[in-house]
Amino acid sequence: MAKKKIRIRAKLKGDVAEVKTLMSHPMETGLRKNKKTGEKIPAHFIQEVICEHKGNKVLVASWGVAVSKNPYLSFKFKGGAKGDKIKVSWTDNKGESASAEASIG
Amino acid sequence: MKRRTFLKGTVAGGMIGVAASAGLLTPRMVLAAWPKSAFDAKSVDDAMDALLGSTSAANSSDIKIKAPDIAENGAVVPITVSTSMPAESISVLIEKNPSPLACSFALGDHTIGFVSTRVKMGKTSDLIAVVKSGGKLFSAKKTVKVTIGGCGG
Amino acid sequence: MKKLLLITAAVSAFGSMPLISQASPEDDLKAFRGYFMERFPNVPLEEFANGVYAIDAASREQWEAIEEFPPYEIAVEEGRELFETPFKNGKTYASCFRNGGIGIKGDYPYFDTEKGRVETLESAINECRTKNGEKPLKYKKGKIAAISAYMAYTTRGQTIDIKIPHDQRALDAYEAGKHFYYARRGQLNMACAHCHIDNAGNKIRADLLSPALGHLSHFPVYRSKWGGLGTAHRRFSGCNKQVRALPFKAQSEQYRNLEYFLTYMSNGIPWNGPGARK
Repeated sequence: MAKKKIRIRAKLKGDVAEVKTLMSHPMETGLRKNKKTGEKIPAHFIQEVICEHKGNKVLVASWGVAVSKNPYLSFKFKGGAKGDKIKVSWTDNKGESASAEASIG
Repeated sequence: MKRRTFLKGTVAGGMIGVAASAGLLTPRMVLAAWPKSAFDAKSVDDAMDALLGSTSAANSSDIKIKAPDIAENGAVVPITVSTSMPAESISVLIEKNPSPLACSFALGDHTIGFVSTRVKMGKTSDLIAVVKSGGKLFSAKKTVKVTIGGCGG
Repeated sequence: MKKLLLITAAVSAFGSMPLISQASPEDDLKAFRGYFMERFPNVPLEEFANGVYAIDAASREQWEAIEEFPPYEIAVEEGRELFETPFKNGKTYASCFRNGGIGIKGDYPYFDTEKGRVETLESAINECRTKNGEKPLKYKKGKIAAISAYMAYTTRGQTIDIKIPHDQRALDAYEAGKHFYYARRGQLNMACAHCHIDNAGNKIRADLLSPALGHLSHFPVYRSKWGGLGTAHRRFSGCNKQVRALPFKAQSEQYRNLEYFLTYMSNGIPWNGPGARK
């Protein structure tokens, strides 16, 4: 199953674009133990999320292990118009990454 | 409560993204490296020092923290931090977590002082929001209780 | 008959709850529903589909925040992909179900008079797989939960309407499920009914007990505790373990009959899966 997915919803309310995103990621803290082997499950978490509007960075998030599994993020900005492209990208501590785009509706 | 419908073929205002295998992020600005020492810090002061260069923040009633009084499940605590101050960054620290710094958000010039996310809290703790505005630090906090359930948690 | 009287006597000693005698399922349903409507007079019937969130404002607020962008959306999307991907022999799940498998979760559980047993959605999914030369999936989580979530999603809004045919075996299956619900088990010696009927709305340590009415409307369920999706039988298993009882196997006769009884008790309530819970 393809697990690397980012879901984005972007809506214009008046002059404010509200963006909501849900990312699929284990956000493993590195503190949990494998119940069978007793070994610690290594940390695996998104470290950075970059949110862009028409190529301009509107939000850069730095995350630690305390962000919940399958993380949710919502933010708002001015100056967006219907149809504008929103791009959300993340990189994690293992160097994996993903990105997705959506249009402001 | 009316719940949204999703899963349409092409939703107006949202698309499902596809994995980019070799994360080719082409930053316009130079990205600051991920602040490892701030995220590794074991105290609120150390984390703030490492991340923001200072441990003193003025209390501000213009920072609103929306978080439950009692978290239903410490693994998924929905929080929202908002402020009407022009904010350069918003950071969230959870005092009693093993590493207090949970997340930090650098806001663009036209980005509103508002972030909403879900965090993990190990136990009852203060949730501290630090806003950087006009080069100065402001903060607010809220106590969130985390309990051990009787059957579900 | 004696056992049933003993059970009802033992349970009614615990608190005030409807005496379920050897009545018809329709009478049981009336008593069951009536008890909860009386216990929670401000909750409309369809809201019982939301469990504790129908009876507690503070946790409802957190649930609504999560429903803003629910974590099960990812699983529903995965479920759709799995559902639409053909088997090795070229056929798809759609060929095994009425209406191509869309909006039909309400057909389950049902009493299969040919097989002489209760059929659930998950068991039907696996039957479809084995009929088409594929290996069956594990029953509690993972792919089967994702497919079930997709099928639950396309069924949202329909009303639960489980039928019990005029067949003694079907009635027996229903009664077996009912007995299971009211029977004590485990080292804690508690019945499902003790928490979810007698003490619905009360706290067990820091957890609020959800009412049994509406319980199976929202499965499969994404639980924050699991950090993922799980089927009803996964939850039954967990609940049994929590009273320190040995759980039965997912899709065992006991759990299928339990699902039959419990879902019937939610007739009239909307299907609203998949759900998000703590």
